[in-house]
Amino acid sequence: MTLVSELVAALDEERVRSGGLERALYNRDASIMEGRAGVVCFPLTTPEVQAVVKVAAAHGRAVVPRGAGTGLAGGAVPVGAEGHEPVVVVTTRMNRVLEVDAHNAVAWVQPGVLNLDLSRHVAPLGLHFAPDPSSQQACSIGGNVANNSGGPHCLAYGVTTAHVLAMDVVLADGVLVRLGGLEPEGLGYDLRGAFVGSEGTMGVAVAVAVRLTPLPPALRTLLIGFPTVEAAAETVTAVIGAGIIPAAMEMMDARITKAVEEYVHAGFPADAAAVLLIEVDGLEDGVAAAAAEVIELAQARGATSVRMAADAAERDLLWKGRKSAFGAVARIAPDYYLHDTVVPRTRLAEILARVYELADANGVAVMNVFHAGDGNLHPLFLFDRRRPGELDRVKAAGDQLIRVCIEAGGVLSGEHGIGLEKRDYMPLLFSPADLLAQDSLRDAFDPSRLFNPDKVIPSGSRCGDLQSVPPGVWI
Amino acid sequence: MGALEDFAVEVGRDDPVAVRGGATQWDVGGPVHPDVRIVAAPAGVVDHRPEEMLVRVRAGTTMAELAGVLDRAGQMVPLDPADPERATVGGILSVGRAGLRRLRHGPVRDHVLEIRYVSAGGELVKAGAPVVKNVSGFDLVRLLVGSLGTLGLLGEVVLRTYPRPRAGRWLTGPAPALPGQPLLGLYRPSAVLWDGGRLWVLLEGHPSDVDAQAHHLGPAWAETDGPPAVPVGGRLSMAPGRVATWARDHPAGSFLAELGVGVVHLSGPAAASAASEPAVAELNRRVKDRFDPTGRLNPGRMAA
Repeated sequence: MTLVSELVAALDEERVRSGGLERALYNRDASIMEGRAGVVCFPLTTPEVQAVVKVAAAHGRAVVPRGAGTGLAGGAVPVGAEGHEPVVVVTTRMNRVLEVDAHNAVAWVQPGVLNLDLSRHVAPLGLHFAPDPSSQQACSIGGNVANNSGGPHCLAYGVTTAHVLAMDVVLADGVLVRLGGLEPEGLGYDLRGAFVGSEGTMGVAVAVAVRLTPLPPALRTLLIGFPTVEAAAETVTAVIGAGIIPAAMEMMDARITKAVEEYVHAGFPADAAAVLLIEVDGLEDGVAAAAAEVIELAQARGATSVRMAADAAERDLLWKGRKSAFGAVARIAPDYYLHDTVVPRTRLAEILARVYELADANGVAVMNVFHAGDGNLHPLFLFDRRRPGELDRVKAAGDQLIRVCIEAGGVLSGEHGIGLEKRDYMPLLFSPADLLAQDSLRDAFDPSRLFNPDKVIPSGSRCGDLQSVPPGVWI
Repeated sequence: MGALEDFAVEVGRDDPVAVRGGATQWDVGGPVHPDVRIVAAPAGVVDHRPEEMLVRVRAGTTMAELAGVLDRAGQMVPLDPADPERATVGGILSVGRAGLRRLRHGPVRDHVLEIRYVSAGGELVKAGAPVVKNVSGFDLVRLLVGSLGTLGLLGEVVLRTYPRPRAGRWLTGPAPALPGQPLLGLYRPSAVLWDGGRLWVLLEGHPSDVDAQAHHLGPAWAETDGPPAVPVGGRLSMAPGRVATWARDHPAGSFLAELGVGVVHLSGPAAASAASEPAVAELNRRVKDRFDPTGRLNPGRMAA
C-alpha cells in the first residue's frame, strides 16, 4: 500500500491531507523559513498517533510533530528532499482537557489545548497555567512543551519545564511511554526534563500533566515612562538588586511604544524613550510595598511618568498594549523578523545601544519589546520582502545581533528555540563535545532519527561537515 | 591548568570511578561497587553575581560555604540539605532531592542554569549557560540533576540565587486527620508538614503578610522554632493526592509527609519502589549507554 492509503486506513480520508494546496499550508510555521510537507495528518487519539508514526517509519519518512504552528525558529518546518517529504502530525484536534484536580493543582490535557484556553478553563478554580507566551491565544500546550516556552510572567514563575509534571509520549517505534510523574522523585533519569524543549526531535507528546498555579490574591501593574533607554535598563537592575522579583518586567522602546499607542490607544506615553511594564503579585502588603519601592527606584532614575492600573480593566488594557506589539508592527511594515536572544540583564543598556547601531549600519528599522527582567531581548527588524535586498540586510543584522549577544555572555535563544533558524549558530555557544552530548540524548530517544530531522543540532556535529540550510528549505 | 581541567585529568577515561562529596546521601540509588577509585570534585565559590541572581560554584563546595557567600548579599539558594556543613553542591544536585521548602521554592532541577561535567571519555562538557532563561539546545542540565553521577561527574555549576525572604515563621497546630484543603487555604506556603497528628507550616514573605497568614490559621496554632525532627529511616515519593489514602495504614508519628509535594519521610525503612515500566527502563538504559558506554561512572548506583 502507499504511504497515503496506509495513513487513510489508520485515520480516515478527511484527516489525511495529501493535496498540493493543503500540504502547502503546512510548509511553514510562523518563521520566515519554508519547507515541504509530504502528507499532513490530524490524529484525534493516542492510538492514531502511534499508527501514523509506525506507518511513516515503515515508509522511511520523517515525522514532524506540529502544534498550532506559531513557532518562530522553523521548528515545525518540514525538511526533506523531493519524494521524501516528512509526514506532518498536527495535534491541534487533540484539544480536550482530560482531567483537573483542583486540590492538588494538576491537570491532564491533550497537546492541542490552547495555552490561554487552559488558563480560562481553570480560572473559576482560582488557578492558571503560568507560562504565557505572547502567542498564548493561539499556541498549544504541546507546542509549549516542545519549545519550553516562556512569556512575561516566567520571570517569577519559571518557564514551561517548571510547570510540566509528566507526559505520555509516542516514540519513534510507536511505543507509548510516560515520562515523569505526579510523584516528586521518580526513578531513573529526568526524562521529562530532557524531553521538554526537544523541539519535536524525540517524540510526540499526546497527553501532558501540568502544574497549575494559584491566581495571586493581589497585584499591581505599573507602566513607567523613562527619558532614556539606559534609565529604564538601570531600573530593571535596581529592582532585582533590591531583592524584588516582579511577576513580570517588560521593556518597550520609543518606536514600539508609539506604534502600540497608535494601534491600541491604551494611553502609553508616546514621548518616553522607553517604558517598563512591571507587575508585582502575591499577598497584599508585600505587593503594596514592592510596588511603592519599584516606583521609588524608577523615580530616582528619572522616570517621567508612572501609571498604576486602577482596576482589572485597566490592567488588561496595559497588557493588551504589550501583547499587541506585533499586531501594531504589522500596520507599519509588511514583514518583520522577530529575534530572540538572552544577555546578562545588567548589560541590557549597552547591548540595546549595539542593537540600534547594527540595525542602522545595515539600513534596517528596528523596534524593541522584550522581557527585560530576564535579559531576554526580542529585537524586531522591519522589512518588505518584495523589495530586493531588504531580507538580506535583515539577515545580516540578525547575524550580527546573535554574535554581539554571545560575546556579551548571552545565549542564542530564551524562548523561541533553535529549530532551523539558529541551528548553525550552535557552535558559537557549544564545543563539539557539548554538541555531541546533546546529540547523544536525542539518539537515546530516537535512534532512527525519525523525528524532525535536521533541527537543533548542526549536521556536522557527528561527521565534521557543516552545511547551512538543509536541502528543500527556502528562506 | 585550572581546577576543572585537573579534575578531568584525575577522572581519566579508562577505569571505573566514583565521585564522593560529603557522602551524606551515599546510600541513595544503591551502593557503589567496592574497589572503585574514588575522586572528589574541586571546591570553591567562583563568582557570585547578586544583580544577575546567579552564582558559579565548584561542585565540591559545601552548602554551608556557599550559603555564607550568598548570605552576605542577602541571597540564598533554596536547596536546604539536612547537613549543610557536609553536603556538597555537587552531591545535592547529583542526588536531586530537595529540602523541606520545595513546596514554595521548587525542585533542585529548577535552580540549576549551567553544569560543567567530566564525561565518561574524560572530556569537559558544558550544558546550559549562565543566564536565567535559555532554550539553546537540549536540556542536559535537567538530565544530569538526579543522575547520581552516572552520566558525567559534576565539576562546576551555575545556580540561580534568590532574595532571602524578609520574614519566615514556623507554626504548628493539631491535625488528627488530613485537612480537606491540603494547603489549608494559604497562598503559596513554603512548607506544610504532617505527621498524622500535627501540622507544621512555614510562611515566608513580607512580615505583615506572614502575620496575616499566620492569623488565618486560627487560635489553635502556635509559633515554633522550626520543623520537627525529620525521620531518616526511609523516604517515599508519591503523588501528593495519594498521601491521605497512604496515611490511613500508618500510625501518627511514624512519618512526616510534605503535603503538596508528596515526599514522605519514614522512621522505619521504606519498601523498595516498584520498577519502572519496561519502555521507560529501556529509555534509561539507552541514555546511560550513550553517555557512559563502558559503565565506568559510579557503577552500582542508579538502579532505574
